[in-house]
Amino acid sequence: MLDTVAAGLLHVLRRVGGRTIAIIGWLGYATRFSFAVVRETPAAFSRLNLTLREIYFSGVLSLVIILVSGLFVGMVLALQGYDVLQRYGAAESLGVLVALSLVRELGPVVAGLLFASRAGSAITAEIGLMKATEQLSAMEMMAVDPLAHVVAPRFWGGIISMPLLAALFSTLGIFGAYLVGVKLIGIDSGAFWGNMQAGVDFRYDIVNGVIKSIVFGLAVSLIAVFEGYDAKPTAEGVSTATTRTVVESSLAILGLDFVLTVFMFRGVG
Amino acid sequence: MSDNAPGYNAAPLNIDPMSAPQAPAPVPAAAHPQYAVELADVTFAYDRREVLTGISMAVPHGGVVGIMGGSGCGKTTILRLIGGQLRPKSGKVMVDGKSIPDLDREALYVMRRKLGMLFQFGALFTDMSVYENIAFALREHTDLPEELVRDLVLMKLHAVGLRGAARLMPSELSGGMARRVALARAIALDPMLVMYDEPFAGLDPISLGVIGQLIRRMSDALGITSLIVTHDIYESLKIVDYLYFVSEGRIIAQGTPAEVRASGDAFVRQFVDGNPDGPVPFHYPAAPYRADLFARA
Repeated sequence: MLDTVAAGLLHVLRRVGGRTIAIIGWLGYATRFSFAVVRETPAAFSRLNLTLREIYFSGVLSLVIILVSGLFVGMVLALQGYDVLQRYGAAESLGVLVALSLVRELGPVVAGLLFASRAGSAITAEIGLMKATEQLSAMEMMAVDPLAHVVAPRFWGGIISMPLLAALFSTLGIFGAYLVGVKLIGIDSGAFWGNMQAGVDFRYDIVNGVIKSIVFGLAVSLIAVFEGYDAKPTAEGVSTATTRTVVESSLAILGLDFVLTVFMFRGVG
Repeated sequence: MSDNAPGYNAAPLNIDPMSAPQAPAPVPAAAHPQYAVELADVTFAYDRREVLTGISMAVPHGGVVGIMGGSGCGKTTILRLIGGQLRPKSGKVMVDGKSIPDLDREALYVMRRKLGMLFQFGALFTDMSVYENIAFALREHTDLPEELVRDLVLMKLHAVGLRGAARLMPSELSGGMARRVALARAIALDPMLVMYDEPFAGLDPISLGVIGQLIRRMSDALGITSLIVTHDIYESLKIVDYLYFVSEGRIIAQGTPAEVRASGDAFVRQFVDGNPDGPVPFHYPAAPYRADLFARA
């Protein structure tokens, strides 16, 4: 009886130990990969046409979903915000409410989540398929480093695109709120823009929002290129890697948002 | 090449699947600088699973050598060891007199510029046209003016009969055309050695013959050393100078095409005659059929 229990415990310990070692090994590999990608930064910018192409694929081709989402989020925010504010006679503060919500939180976070779903998954699928079809091996055999030629341009393309997309999301959101608040509900236009101008601080609100979007862009891009590069070279492997990119990126954005918010906005407002 | 072709360590066909591998004895690089590729007692394992055991072979400059064996026997692993994508557990891998596992990253990349590789399904860059695929290595590794790059690309494409397909995308090519474009790309930098990974797989008979003849002609006309990994015995025998047979990670037979055709060895005969059962069994190892069928009873 005791022998059976001991054997069972040993089995569990072995599994836990094996799993822990595997996780540590994976983290080490991911860290080394990240450093290797950053090391190839000069290569990404010396092949500027490649990086510009990735900005087009990650940024320009994400515009439709980002702009439409931004517009509707702003409009809904205005409707919901007006409903609450008018109870306290503060409907004129709608502009500042919408602007702060978008610039501080919703712009970077929602744009980041959309970016992860649209561009992050595409980057992972593309790199994973290149691996599955031996294009990365072919590049290596031609004495061209895939990290420099394939991974680094996509990584930097994502980092550059993300803050621009977040800014456009917030801009369209504010425009949507203006349409609903001023044109539809009838809030005074001067109060809407004036309160917004007075209530939004460039350093605390806008710069911090931009920093958030850069950090989210970095996280999503790094996860996307890593998962693609690390994907099993099969159809199932690429599919799994793509799913992991979306899930990991979304969780990373939400977690990082909390941490960044704690440090950025404590004691403010 | 004749049956007594010099430069192949060409001992008479020596086949004995049950004994230790009878590959040629390891050859020190300095003593035989004429070899483009030498493997001496190479062992390789993925984690604990040994894939290659005691592999020794030598490929002279300008030769066309085949490595033959069933699926999963370790043929492609040999090419990856030669290209430096994998490192052997033990033994020597020499290319043009240099030990590949001992090269640092920069030196390995310099060496790879002398190598070309044709992948099983071409591995063309799908976001580039045929022209761009071939120009890729030229632009990465040379400072040639664009006019010269254009001329070189068209020459390489003309050599494989696809100059007219320069503007097509890889998705618009048939399997045989893609393989020929990949061949043109593999020779873009005029390599010393071209490695072919299953160049005949999945091709129609015409494309098969075209690829085979192109490999032979490239070697004869340009002096390129060719190493072909394949399981297509008929096409290989038409074009190679020498053949190595690999089974379960060991070289179990070798010889010139004439020696292979005349061989009475069961393994070689199974390959040459295409017999479904023999030393390479038809059935994957399993419990006795009867025992499996009545296991539920």
